[in-house]
Amino acid sequence: MEIKLTLNGRPLTDQIDPGLLLIDFLRDHGCFSVKRGCETSNCGLCTVLMDGTPILSCSLLAARAAGHQIQTLEGLQEEAADFAGFIADQGADQCGFCNPGFVMNTIALLRENPDPTDEEILAYLSGNLCRCSGYEGQLRGIRSYLLSRGKKGGSHGA
Amino acid sequence: MMNIQNYIQAESLEEAYLLNQKKSTRILGGMMWLKMSGNTVGTAVDLCRLGLNAIEETAEGFSIGAMATLRQMELHPGLNNYTNGAAARAVQDIVGVQFRNMATVGGSVWGRFGFSDVLTFLLSMETSVELYHGGVVPLERFVSMKRDNDLLLRILIQKKDGVFVYQSMRNQRTDFPVLTCAFSRVDGQYRAVIGARPARAMVIPDREGILDGGITLEKAGIFAAYAAQHVPTGTNLRGSAAYRTHLTEVLTRRSLLELGGIEKWK
Repeated sequence: MEIKLTLNGRPLTDQIDPGLLLIDFLRDHGCFSVKRGCETSNCGLCTVLMDGTPILSCSLLAARAAGHQIQTLEGLQEEAADFAGFIADQGADQCGFCNPGFVMNTIALLRENPDPTDEEILAYLSGNLCRCSGYEGQLRGIRSYLLSRGKKGGSHGA
Repeated sequence: MMNIQNYIQAESLEEAYLLNQKKSTRILGGMMWLKMSGNTVGTAVDLCRLGLNAIEETAEGFSIGAMATLRQMELHPGLNNYTNGAAARAVQDIVGVQFRNMATVGGSVWGRFGFSDVLTFLLSMETSVELYHGGVVPLERFVSMKRDNDLLLRILIQKKDGVFVYQSMRNQRTDFPVLTCAFSRVDGQYRAVIGARPARAMVIPDREGILDGGITLEKAGIFAAYAAQHVPTGTNLRGSAAYRTHLTEVLTRRSLLELGGIEKWK
């Protein structure tokens, strides 16, 4: 079947199998920031934005994304750069596998709630699992970014 | 993983209903669980174009479209105002924001899952479901009905004078609940709802009038023991039947104390 959608601001038309998941569609189109993790809709590695809303691309049929705007980290580099350096400053990325999903959901959080409390940060990001860090580094990084808004990136840059 | 041979966005409820009469057809909800099944689906029918994705509020009640998401329920100001925030509390620990942006209220209700926070919460109110062919059916009756080939269109909640609280016990935040408990007083009638037993949620009304005259510390303890005696529990990976029976008493008591304004639990 044919689908048309907008991927990172560019209109895209493709032929797909009806059962193709959005994660596979995106990786087929070069969006390798979108990672496959748990396969049970739990880990948040495959987070992308659909019409600005964070969703799990491993659990959405590509056919269902037809007519919608899809954004991956490849299309949001500038927005991510605002705070990703602060996360790196805290050593929170470690193996880095969870990072793209983490960054995507943080972008969604900050768009929805530009000044979140620690509790709101933890609640919003609870669907992003990290097996390295224990989440404290990410929390410190986001908190540090919120305190330092106006500066670009941490000392690591982004 | 599920294998889908044909995908259709239904143009009308009648079209979706007719397609769903075939054994190989599946209606898509949020697809969070469906995608993990190993089934081959002949035709996957998507209801996303049928206007079932809104929560509407009137003076008489709420109408939750079957395709409305758990996140919509979590953030709906009117529903949370009416339920004292219980709507948000019932779903806020379900996996994560991304999951709740996709999982549908209709999918949760239609599935009648034994771990469902949503079902537990909805049963604490005057709730019915609207089926395409079956009409409006009280949710408590729907829970015990066998799955058929009808379509779930909306969840209907009557606004009656009520107070609501919601509690759950999880081994870890975002995990399935070990036990869920909703408690309400609607038009002066108390009811406890216990879910994740780990079977479908069930309603425990105050048939013996234990709470007549209002909630006190002593009455809360008596009713909690009564609920624990009347709720069958089972064992799974998350907890034993004995643990769940103990939790039934604890959560029922805590809910009652919160409902009565005696204590507030975070």
